[in-house]
Amino acid sequence: MQPISPEKVQLLLEQFFNRDVYLHLETTNGSYAVLRGEKTISVGSFVRNVVVRFERGMITGNGPYRVGLKMEHGWIYAEGLTDWEPDSTQNGLLLAGHDEEGRLMIAFQLSVTPFGTESGEQE
Amino acid sequence: MKPHVLLVFPHPDDETFGLGGSIILHAQAGTPITYLCGTLGEMGRQMGSPITANRETLPHIRKQELQEACKHLGISDLRLMGYHDKTVEFEDRQAMVDRIFQVVQEIQPTIVYTYYPGHSVHPDHEAMAEATIEALERIPIENRPVLYCLAFSSNHLEVLGQPDVVVDISSVAERKMNAIKAHYTQSAKMLERYEDDRQHAELRHFLEAERYYTYRWTKA
Repeated sequence: MQPISPEKVQLLLEQFFNRDVYLHLETTNGSYAVLRGEKTISVGSFVRNVVVRFERGMITGNGPYRVGLKMEHGWIYAEGLTDWEPDSTQNGLLLAGHDEEGRLMIAFQLSVTPFGTESGEQE
Repeated sequence: MKPHVLLVFPHPDDETFGLGGSIILHAQAGTPITYLCGTLGEMGRQMGSPITANRETLPHIRKQELQEACKHLGISDLRLMGYHDKTVEFEDRQAMVDRIFQVVQEIQPTIVYTYYPGHSVHPDHEAMAEATIEALERIPIENRPVLYCLAFSSNHLEVLGQPDVVVDISSVAERKMNAIKAHYTQSAKMLERYEDDRQHAELRHFLEAERYYTYRWTKA
């Protein structure tokens, strides 16, 4: 991934307006956060391949960046985004936020087709 | 009975960090090793250093890393269970126990390694450890394989005491290091720190000895 280019991301976001698209949104501080101190807890959530439809959407900030998508009945919001996959297209947009050690803290992804479900299970 | 080792862990690299040296020693003794790996670690946070993976490419990359690590460790029989990282505890537990039991019946392991339930921190670890124990409990106690469990909860020494099995792996530390390197996305950052500081406790800990608890069966 590479540092986010907000102009390019904004153009791609607009390709997803007013159509059903698949969302992957996740944040995490890691399952081992609990080992860092008695009062630290592991916090995280993810949704994958949830179908959403939004009528406006923007990327804002000076880096790290924020994204807000306005839907008919609510919002999708993400902050702390630092990197994007420059191979992203109008069919799929991958953004993420990494900490100073390169660990993923947040992922925000849109796709017109479901995200892969490779399970690794052997035939 | 012919010796056969079975490993049951949820994430590619669990085997390497926790017991890579012991696996290499088993392989050197000519013991066949079967590894039931639960997921592809697709929700991992480590993406390599420099970052080489994203959320969508990570499972493919980790699968290849695992296959490479298995070569270094001497694991000839790798079986992927196809669960999704972080979701193992929500799966049908009986179906999981059945699948593990099926493999146990097929290969007749004499030694099994998994995590110590209640002391393995990650919910996927806990779920697979519980399922492994439940599967082994289907075997009459006198025929059960030896079960070694890894523990690393912050209170495991307090609750369980010192591990009763300590394996000196210094003779195979270099080979274990190769397996660690094979898990590039997961180990790159740690290896950078090690380059800066050869005494770095985090990695030295993995290269000197490996420690387990012999599981004491509560069900006959």
